[in-house]
Amino acid sequence: MSLQLIISQLGEGMITTISIFLLTLLFSLPLGMIVAFGRMSKSIILKNITRVYISIMRGTPLMLQLLVVYFGPYYIFGIRISPAYRGYAVIIAFALNYAAYFAEIYRSGIASMPKGQYEAAKVLGYTKSQTFFKIILPQVIKRILPSVTNEVITLVKDTSLAFSIAYAEMFTQAKALAASQKSMVPFVAAAIFYYIFNAVVAALMDYVEKKMNYYQ
Amino acid sequence: MKVLEVKHAKKQFDGVSVLKDINLEVNEGEVVSIIGPSGSGKSTLLRCCTFLETLDDGSIAYGEKEVVTSVDGKACYGSRQQQREALGNFGLVFQNFNLFPHYSVLKNIMDAPVAVQKRDAKEVEKEARALLQKMGLSDKADAYPCQLSGGQQQRVSIARALAMNPKILFFDEPTSALDPELTLEILKVIKELAEEKMTMVIVTHEMNFARDVSNRMIFMDQGVIVEETTPEEMFKSDNERTREFLGRYHDLS
Repeated sequence: MSLQLIISQLGEGMITTISIFLLTLLFSLPLGMIVAFGRMSKSIILKNITRVYISIMRGTPLMLQLLVVYFGPYYIFGIRISPAYRGYAVIIAFALNYAAYFAEIYRSGIASMPKGQYEAAKVLGYTKSQTFFKIILPQVIKRILPSVTNEVITLVKDTSLAFSIAYAEMFTQAKALAASQKSMVPFVAAAIFYYIFNAVVAALMDYVEKKMNYYQ
Repeated sequence: MKVLEVKHAKKQFDGVSVLKDINLEVNEGEVVSIIGPSGSGKSTLLRCCTFLETLDDGSIAYGEKEVVTSVDGKACYGSRQQQREALGNFGLVFQNFNLFPHYSVLKNIMDAPVAVQKRDAKEVEKEARALLQKMGLSDKADAYPCQLSGGQQQRVSIARALAMNPKILFFDEPTSALDPELTLEILKVIKELAEEKMTMVIVTHEMNFARDVSNRMIFMDQGVIVEETTPEEMFKSDNERTREFLGRYHDLS
């Protein structure tokens, strides 16, 4: 089995994997911030809703959540599922799951900010939103970056869970190719792909971290 | 002319009275120091004056404008907008500086006048650089707070407060986080401000400094003002509690 065959067979899947990764981040990073706000809000209802949400998302397997999002509309509401829904289901399930983890990371970062920063901003007359976006958030981002890097690297590997609903990302393709060719090589190729992908992600996050090292 | 007038200020924390009917008046150009043991309520009084804590009862007026009024035994704060307007009257220098670590020194000083007071950035920068020069930090404009000594950080925070052009400047134990050498640095700056007739209220444990710099001293203990007089009188006081507190400083010096 030639390298060319593997690359041509897996290439498309790789692009799909990368787009799952990027879309999940695109939606879960801001969604996590909203969930974190709910979790820290003064309203008991909001606080409890987000608490239960986070606890379910963290307490059950992502693969199971993916199956629920994909098959749920049919089993619960009797809606016929079109194959095009697969891609959406993957993004919805991943974004909802990762938002819960990011929410907790944001919350810990925001909670770790010294009270003095809020007080200084208040005395200087900053509004609440100015205080958050100008003073608090930039410092929170620096603080939480290592934890975010961890999650992002996990996400690279978690994209392979999309195979459970037969969504044609790279891992699904590799599995199919391995079966049809009776060969381990596609798996090795998949491993190399994930490894390089993560090395790039880690290097990128390291770069951002260094960029932020201009202050302590 | 009165810059600040606090009347019948009362404040409790979990049922413990921290301020018991405090009255405080500060006139333009006056330097008032507040001394007293830890837990006497002096910092709380300052924090109430700067809206970091809310009074249970009492009133606060800046200039002619009453910003907190006493209604039926309760302190009544105006709308958020009114409170924010009142903030323009004063500046506060914290014990541990509370500079914004992600901003350069210059940006720390410039950001609030530009973002909050909506002033022209070029004009603010000119003023900020002049303030830095006055603080002896001209060469530190582009440094970040973490690159400065504690004394330098505190001078930046004084410049940051001054850039807002406050009518009155509060200091909450401005030298407590500093070693004796750096303390002198800050005290020198405050003295210079006093010579320029900046109105200031200083909570401090530096007795000799308080004696040198202030027109009036207030001794607080257990939520009440025990004595309020000139520094000379304060150090000659007949009041037993005052003597006891200041006695320790006499013994040391």
